[in-house]
Amino acid sequence: MKQPGAVGNILESAQNKGLKEIQPKTAIELLRCMRLIRFVEETIANRYSEQKMRCPTHLSIGQEAVAAGVCLSLNRDDQVFGTHRSHAHYIAKGGDIKAMIAEIYGRATGCSSGKGGSMHLVDLSVGFMGSTSIVGNTIPVGVGAAMANRLHKNDKICCVFFGDAVIEEGVFHESVNFAVLKKLPVLFVCENNLYSVYSPLQVRQPEGREIWKFATAYGMLSDHGDGNDALEVSEKTRAALRHIHRGDGPYFLEFATYRWREHCGPNFDNDIGYRTENEYLLWKKRDPIALLKEQLLGQGVINQADIEAMERTTQAEVAEAFDFAESSPFPNPEETFKGLYRE
Amino acid sequence: MTRTLTFAKAINEALFQAMLTDDSVICYGLGVPDPKGVFGTTLGLQERFGENRVFDMPASENAMTGVAIGASLNGIRPVMTHQRVDFFLLAMDQLVNNAAKWHYMFGGRSSVPITIRLIIGRGWGQGPTHSQNLQAWFAHIPGLKVVMPATPTDAKGLLLSSIFDDNPVIFLEHRWLYNFEGEVPENDFRIPIGEAELLKTGGDISIVSFSYMTVEALHAVEFLETNGISCELINLRSIKPIDWEMIFNSVRKTGRLLSLDTGPESGSIAGEIIARVSSNCFDALKQAPRRLTLPDIPTPTSVALTKVFYKRAEDIADVAGSMLEKDFDTNSLQAQRKFPHDVPGDWFKGPF
Repeated sequence: MKQPGAVGNILESAQNKGLKEIQPKTAIELLRCMRLIRFVEETIANRYSEQKMRCPTHLSIGQEAVAAGVCLSLNRDDQVFGTHRSHAHYIAKGGDIKAMIAEIYGRATGCSSGKGGSMHLVDLSVGFMGSTSIVGNTIPVGVGAAMANRLHKNDKICCVFFGDAVIEEGVFHESVNFAVLKKLPVLFVCENNLYSVYSPLQVRQPEGREIWKFATAYGMLSDHGDGNDALEVSEKTRAALRHIHRGDGPYFLEFATYRWREHCGPNFDNDIGYRTENEYLLWKKRDPIALLKEQLLGQGVINQADIEAMERTTQAEVAEAFDFAESSPFPNPEETFKGLYRE
Repeated sequence: MTRTLTFAKAINEALFQAMLTDDSVICYGLGVPDPKGVFGTTLGLQERFGENRVFDMPASENAMTGVAIGASLNGIRPVMTHQRVDFFLLAMDQLVNNAAKWHYMFGGRSSVPITIRLIIGRGWGQGPTHSQNLQAWFAHIPGLKVVMPATPTDAKGLLLSSIFDDNPVIFLEHRWLYNFEGEVPENDFRIPIGEAELLKTGGDISIVSFSYMTVEALHAVEFLETNGISCELINLRSIKPIDWEMIFNSVRKTGRLLSLDTGPESGSIAGEIIARVSSNCFDALKQAPRRLTLPDIPTPTSVALTKVFYKRAEDIADVAGSMLEKDFDTNSLQAQRKFPHDVPGDWFKGPF
């Protein structure tokens, strides 16, 4: 089954990819980060039916390599803007997991004090500036934040994540035009998972469209890669960041990946007719976590005991976060009426 | 110290002083550094403060609103300008979904101190898409502040307050006010957002007004006084938040309310004022409150059609008179205007 656009080309070349030279420390960090994201999200999925997480929740299981590969390449004070599906970005940037789970549980200790939920995450202490739920809506915000960094003459980079539907939005074109015009330090990261809710790329963009090439038309450097290969994501991100740090303006990256579960919610939905079980299985075989684990085991960077230890510590971290959320108080009802304006 | 300034010059002076006071203030918009400088309001800014802080922009209203939001998250205070309110409608996603909500939806962790200057057109065939009065839209969105100055003093003092407010402010300037002159303080002074101005005290009727309608109201009030009707005139200055206390106190005194609005009737600010006064001051009311607004139709273009579209001092005097059961001839109000109905004064020769 040939997948559309750049995704298909990437998958074909992925068959023949040789093993990369691995920097052990980076690779282990990537694995740990992806494992953490997946544990968090699988726990959300497993417990969602308890009806305690009472907000729309978009899981990125299957897409962890993009978040991990990009965010772990950034500096701590670089800034990230996310989307409706941003648990992975938040966690990978180092966001406080307890505060994120508490937010999804609607608790006072949540990262947005219970005002935002799963779709509105923030942790300023690690440069996670905010995720919002409207398609394309944080792109200009990230560009503006980059403009401010330029005015402040610091060397922070703003990274904006978005999906494949975003190039269908006018605001994308407006934003990249301005970012290129002003040579702003922005990294645009497109996670192409082939679907916008249940609408496949084929009904939204012309056959043969390669999103990353769009970006080049604006006079911006652009690249694409296998979004299920964390090492490739990391390598391409670091190349992009070097370019941005030189002051040569923004950079665009498109990564091919796939969400395993339904658009919104904890379940699998390959049976409802908008995509096939076969397509899902094709991608599941390319599980980004399994791929990296195999490489690391194969090259002797880690052994089975290391992996088991990693599983235990990440599981414990996730369990602690859920305990924290569940034992946290709800906000007082009067908080509803507070915080409209900054006084 | 005060001196006489036009409304446009007062805006210009506020921008200068804000940028001098605080390096984080920047100013951009289509035409901001061009030779006309947005009706003179942005003239000289780029020369003084440089291209990093004052710049023209792509015709990308939505993204550039997002850019302002993002910059404000990193400590910048952007002032964005559009030559017409109507052009800004492309930016509703950024304004409504982001700017208005950012502080609340992230639990107060960051705020969006941006000021968006929008100009309301009128007359000279501005027509359906260059003269909309959408203040009620903006006021309807929780999280925004909406400011509508009427005088040069308002313009300066309110713009400075808006720029240094830590929240998103929609600053609506009426095109017809630009050449009006007034005494304006030289220093950096701030008029608090949410405090109305009692322009005149009186006992028979409360007239609540804002923006350009305050100018028409001043003419009407003068006429009404000479005809034995004592008016209290409130210039709201901001319509979100609104100075309810001043309105309620006035209506409790006069028992009558005439609410003026530059926009169409349904869902108007004038309607909101009548609703709240009716709920809060019902016992004090001697009769049903009235409002004077535009009709619920798009602005027509032809000079023959706009004559009956807009409301002027004589219309205000007619309604106020009828509320007090007085019938007088308002022809003198029309006669004192020596210029056509579709311009604010002799100075206006078009084109926009």
